[in-house]
Amino acid sequence: MALKGLDIFKLSPKTNCKDCGCPTCMAFCMKVAQGALPIEKCPHFSADAIASLSEATAPPMKTIKVGDFKLGGETVMFRHDKTFVSRTLYANALCDCMDDAEIDARLAALPAVDYERIGERMYVEFVRINHAESSSADAYAALVNKVVPALNGRGVILSVKDLDAAAKALEAVKGLPVILNAADESNYADASKLATGAGVVLGVSAADINALYDTVAAIEALCNKNLILDVTGASIKEAFANAVRVRRASLKDNNRTFGYPSLIDAAKLCPGDSHMQGALLALFTARYGSIVVIDQMDYAKALPLYGLRQNLFTDPQKPMKVEPGIYPLNGADENAICATTVDFALTYFVVTGEMERSGVPVNLLITDAGGYSVLTAWAAGKLSASSIAKFITERDIESKIKSRTLLLPGKVAVLKGELEAKLPGWEIVVAPNEAVQLVKFLREFTNK
Amino acid sequence: MPFTDKPQVFSASINALSFGPAGKEVTLGGSNVYPLYSFDAPLANPVRVGIQVSDKGFDATVPGLAAFYEGCSTVAEMAARAAAAPGVDFVALSLNSADPNEDNASVDDCAATALAVAQAIDKPLAIMGCKNVEKDSELFVKIADVLRGQNALFLSCREEDYKTIGASVVLAGGSSLGGESAVDINLAKQLNVLLSQLGVPTGKIVMNLGTAAAGYGFEYLASTIDRVKDAALKQNDGMLQMPVVTPCGDDAWGVKEAILEEADMPEWGSREERGIQMEIITAAACIASGSDAVILRHPESVKTISEYVSALM
Repeated sequence: MALKGLDIFKLSPKTNCKDCGCPTCMAFCMKVAQGALPIEKCPHFSADAIASLSEATAPPMKTIKVGDFKLGGETVMFRHDKTFVSRTLYANALCDCMDDAEIDARLAALPAVDYERIGERMYVEFVRINHAESSSADAYAALVNKVVPALNGRGVILSVKDLDAAAKALEAVKGLPVILNAADESNYADASKLATGAGVVLGVSAADINALYDTVAAIEALCNKNLILDVTGASIKEAFANAVRVRRASLKDNNRTFGYPSLIDAAKLCPGDSHMQGALLALFTARYGSIVVIDQMDYAKALPLYGLRQNLFTDPQKPMKVEPGIYPLNGADENAICATTVDFALTYFVVTGEMERSGVPVNLLITDAGGYSVLTAWAAGKLSASSIAKFITERDIESKIKSRTLLLPGKVAVLKGELEAKLPGWEIVVAPNEAVQLVKFLREFTNK
Repeated sequence: MPFTDKPQVFSASINALSFGPAGKEVTLGGSNVYPLYSFDAPLANPVRVGIQVSDKGFDATVPGLAAFYEGCSTVAEMAARAAAAPGVDFVALSLNSADPNEDNASVDDCAATALAVAQAIDKPLAIMGCKNVEKDSELFVKIADVLRGQNALFLSCREEDYKTIGASVVLAGGSSLGGESAVDINLAKQLNVLLSQLGVPTGKIVMNLGTAAAGYGFEYLASTIDRVKDAALKQNDGMLQMPVVTPCGDDAWGVKEAILEEADMPEWGSREERGIQMEIITAAACIASGSDAVILRHPESVKTISEYVSALM
């Protein structure tokens, strides 16, 4: 919650000494409240006052760092209120209750999904290693040791309640990005000591949301605020309720005790059910999961899921852009016709999707249009005959592609004449207004 | 200090709308809490799952669909098979053959198909057009007449054709109607206002706020549904309290992730599995935002989404 200038003023020295550069203490406090000046600009605030103010001005949900991975730090419940900041991360599941063949198979499949989409690497960021009650501490440590060489930069979630096993496992993962998901209402003091000793994030779970709250409060009292909340619970319904209530308490009701990222272990909620895990991945990506654990990521889940995540975690004020350049589709070579459109990611995906469906080889030329859609870019002057002609000269398209046919988006048909004047030797063809009409258009065009 | 949750129960609620023949109705909407927030107050109705049947048949290149519909020779037989699949709440018949740019089937033929389907199934029926504005109004006028008394749900009218369709489907035919707008809260509201001014009762309207597959501009759809639900509940906006129906199947199966064969992209694996997950993940995200019903193509996605909804009730 934003602090009012008056609240800060009450704690100020009220001397109007001007050391901060402001004419009065009141003016200075107003600027601090707006975020225009840091409170440290005033040399006369008491340490106690600064501490209590920075507590009050701290963000409602902490940003927890696990190695280079960033979790939490959200400020709104809905992306249209501002934006979501830390995308949901995913984990594959392993357990020391699995036999060697299964573990080997899962480790071998770990690097399978790894690709790029609009400049973002899409892969499974974590591996969750569970310790079964029936298994020994040594068996757990042996499994963790086996997993470490396969991680390749991924983080580890050690889901283990037995602190002896946890201590042994921590030895094996020194220096790696680690979450020690070990604390509950019975062992939190020792678990917290273990986590702070090893300098890792501590995962906290409990029998229900009230016990979780009390446990987090107790761990905070031990001065450990490097936490993530395992809100999985016993059922899908409980997991969703916990995830929403924890996030809502911190962001809407300003309850700092629940101001931590959350983890949902879907591999425990519906083991073996890849389709339901797909649904839960979508649910907790949209609604307040910071990490979601599943049995195993595959392309069938990854392709829609990573696209969904990329969509939901874009800032509504900044359109997603693709790199300008030549995109050969359907095996287009230097003889295939050219088409041009803007670098707005949605336009790019819709247009390439339809072009690929047509089966007609096309060299798609994406120009830099500021990430706007066709009409918006045209209206803003980012898509013009000059910008297209400039792209074709600067990128030396004429020596790379032999075809001199260029399809122009129907919505900017008005550019045709000017473009013909700027690009002598090129035939400029006006394509349809809408991408859905492209399949028919391209097939008829090439059959002519 | 123990944890005190602050539930968000609103005095406003989403309209409850029932469709389907007497005794077999299915009800959409009705809740007074944010979507799926059953921990704040019990949800009035679960999210409903429809299975889409095209009058042009199923996509035979998907082995699971071919096996599922094996032996069906007519659209009515396919619809009956689909209606009986696990998790299906209603059947959505899409009249793709009517598209003037494709088969251009006659209005009478389509009406006969719709009637045969309505008679063949024991679940409520939603009628989807061919996405051509002029043809859809002709189709819906005729079918509303043929299906009088069935209380079908017509998806959808747009700003261009709402007068004809609104008058024939709801005012004359007594059926319910979906208003389709292009992923924008203001356009959605405007269409509902126009329909109301025409005399269509708000309790007979659902909203199709547009569609998108996961990864393809889905953020616009998700945020539009989020905002519509927020306005309906928090601000008690009566022109946005209609249940939201989202057809996910066409978009999900229309993106390259669900189209490219395994031979083209061996590392991606089974095309059918990709299509199913695209449908499941898109639908699950729509439901998280607040769709009161989704329409899917594959019986496996229908089953999963239905289980997902039950698990969250």
